[in-house]
Formats: sequence, structure tokens, C-alpha cells
Amino acid sequence: MKSRSQKKELTWSAKLAALVVKDLRVELRTRYSLNVLIMFALVTLFALGVTFTGQILTFRIHAALIWIMIYFSGLQGLSGGFVKEEEARTAMALRLYAPSSVIFFGKLVFSLLILTILVVFLFPLYYILMNPEIKRFWIMLLVLILGIFGLSATSTITAAMVSKANVKGALFAVLSFPLMLPLLLIAISATSVCLGGGDGQTLWDSLKILIAYPVIVTAVSFLLFDYVWNN
Amino acid sequence: MRNLDIVKIFLGILFCGVIVLSFVTEKPVRGFGDEFRIFYYHVPCAIVSFIAFLVNLIYSVKYLRSRNYLDDMKAASAAEIGIVFGVLATLTGAIFAKITWGTYWNWDIRQTSIVVLLAVYGAYFALRTAVEPEERRSAFSAVYAILAFIAVPTFGIIVPRLYDSLHPKDTLMSGGKIALGGTVAVVFFGSLLAFTLLFFWLFNLRWRTGLLERSRMERSYE
Repeated sequence: MKSRSQKKELTWSAKLAALVVKDLRVELRTRYSLNVLIMFALVTLFALGVTFTGQILTFRIHAALIWIMIYFSGLQGLSGGFVKEEEARTAMALRLYAPSSVIFFGKLVFSLLILTILVVFLFPLYYILMNPEIKRFWIMLLVLILGIFGLSATSTITAAMVSKANVKGALFAVLSFPLMLPLLLIAISATSVCLGGGDGQTLWDSLKILIAYPVIVTAVSFLLFDYVWNN
Repeated sequence: MRNLDIVKIFLGILFCGVIVLSFVTEKPVRGFGDEFRIFYYHVPCAIVSFIAFLVNLIYSVKYLRSRNYLDDMKAASAAEIGIVFGVLATLTGAIFAKITWGTYWNWDIRQTSIVVLLAVYGAYFALRTAVEPEERRSAFSAVYAILAFIAVPTFGIIVPRLYDSLHPKDTLMSGGKIALGGTVAVVFFGSLLAFTLLFFWLFNLRWRTGLLERSRMERSYE
């Protein structure tokens, strides 16, 4: 008994890392989210490529297409983090193991990783197949990073809610759409400036919202997460 | 209940006055024709739907603190009425758009944003039907209502300023001051007062009928 009580309790960040590593390990074993996500993105990209052969697309259309693809592919996998815990009946164990703040940020980091893999895979492929002209490459990269951070931040708490509801897939799309749409509109307008040039002031305004909106949503959903997780 | 009756009679007279005055007084804004009179109904509807969503937010926060089902019922009632006024604002706006710009709908940013706001509260009711034990449903919908209210100012205030809009600006406010003069201001604020009172009356009726429905359900279980 004595040796057990002397065992050191994990720190907050160590618990967070353990949760993310565990989720990644489960993901690599079962490919719960990633396979569907990437196949969905591939099918969409293929459909677009065939439809738009030989057409010249404006930079606004390119921007909209990129974000619509990321958004809809993301919707297929983003709720997985919580839904698979409920389906495998491991949610209760997780509740005992870690405080809710660890769960919240752990799942946020996990969906951020999933979306990063998606974008790393999707964006070069989009560039090769659709051949958009990119005028401001580094800012474009920043917009992508901020955009997927926003998508995972807004989806974390809705995914937690959906995992306890009767209908899961459709409800997740319905709940996240209004929260993600401000982000999506701003990301599209910022991306189209990065692709085709345009007013630098608009870009700067968009970047400010792209930073502020996810931070506000994260803060509010973190404060409210207890009511969802422990209910 | 006596005082409430007086308010109801006052509301009836006020609405009659507003309806008559909105048609017989001078045109609200120079440069537009008589169609701009819809402004006396369109703007109050939009403001009242915003008030309704604010009431929804207040009762949602209250529910999470008190865990009293009555607060949840009031929050849901306010959201329902907010949707009704939001739809009215959208429709009156579309009629005005048809007359001045030629189409009912042209994806103006204001039109887009009100549709998204209605989608937010549509999702709120979708959530309410999908989550099962009552306590969990009430807690989840309160959480979602608070989150959704982040989208309300983003869509109502920030996004419309980033995009060009056909929506008339500076009729109500210009330079931080109210830009209406004389009779126009009287009719407008009379209309706003009438719509606000109407909202609180409807709200009161709605949560009371909700309470009756609930007690009937409970009796049928017994």
C-alpha cells in the first residue's frame, strides 16, 4: 500500500499528453476518423477536378472550394473524439482518470492534429490538381492554421454534446454549422485575398477575427464544458 | 391582474395609433418612396428578435445556476418567439428588397446573417428534440444557447461591417446619435415600444401554457 501512495500523481500537462497519445494510438489502430476523412476529401477533390477540367477559376472560387472541402471533410471526423468514447463505453473511465479541463483540451488538440493531417494531405493535392495561383504563400499558411484551429475549437463542445444525443452524425452538422460559419466566411475572404491579391486592410481585419473568434469560443466552451461532460 | 389588463388595453390603442400614423405621416426618409414606411415594422421586428434572444440567454444562464425547469421553459419560449420575429423581419426585409432592388433575395450580408441567426436557434430546437433525459436536455440547450450568443454579435455587428451592404445605413443612427427627427421618431419609438410589449405578453403566455402542458403530461403518467 505504501509504495502505491508514494507513486507520484501525473501533472496536468502530463495527463493531457497521455490523453492525446492514447487517442492517437487508438486512431492508428482503428482508423476511426482518419480513413473516412481522407477518403471523403479525395472523393470531393476528384469530383471537383473532373467537373472543372479546362475551366479557369477565379481566386474567390478557389478560396471557397478549399474551405468547403476542409469544412465538410472535417465534419466527418471531428465528432469522433467523443463519440468513440461513448460507443466503447470508456467515457466513465476517462471521467475518473482526469479533470474535465484535461479532457477538453486533450480532445481539442486531438481534433487539431486530425485536421492538420487532413490539410497537409489535401492542400498540396489541391494545388497539383486545381493549380491555383498563390500570391501570398506564408499568410495563406497562417490563415489555414488559424482556420483549422478555429474549426477544432468550435467543434469540441458540440462533439461532446452530440456524443450523448440520440442522433449523432446529422445533429453534429446542424449544431456546428452556425458556430463555424462566421469563421468560414472570414477564412474564405482572407484566403481569396492571399490567392488573388487585394486590399491588405481587409486581410488584416480578417486575421484579427480569425484569432479572436476561436479564442472567445474556446474560453466560453471551456467554462461551460463541465455542464456537458458531467451530465 | 388589473394592471396587466390596463397594459393590454394600452397596447391595443398603441398598435392602432402606430398603424394609422405610420401611413398618414410624412415619409420617413427623403430619397425613398412610400415603401420605406415598412421601416416602422421591419426594424422593430429585428430589434425585438434580438431582445428575445437576449432573454433566452439570460434564462439559460439562470438555468445553469438554479437547475429549475421553469427557467429552461422560459428560455425555450423566448427562443421560439425570437424565431417568429426573426422570420417577420426577414419577410418584411425581402418585400422591401423586391421593391427597391428588384429581387426578394440577393445574399446581401444582412440577409445572410439573419438567416444564420435563425439557423442557430433552429439548431437549438433540433438539440432539444435529440437529447433524452430532461435535466440533460435542459443543461445542453442552455450551454448551446450561451455559445450561440457568441454568433449573434459576430453576425449582427462585426461581419456586416466587413462586407459592402445594400442595406440602408445611417437612417437610425449616425455618428453615435439617433438620426430620426420629429414625427418619424415618435412613430418609430411608439412602434418599437408596442412590439416590445407584445413580445413580453407573448412570452408570458407561452411559458404559462408550457407549464400547463407539463402538468397535464405529469397527470397522464400517474
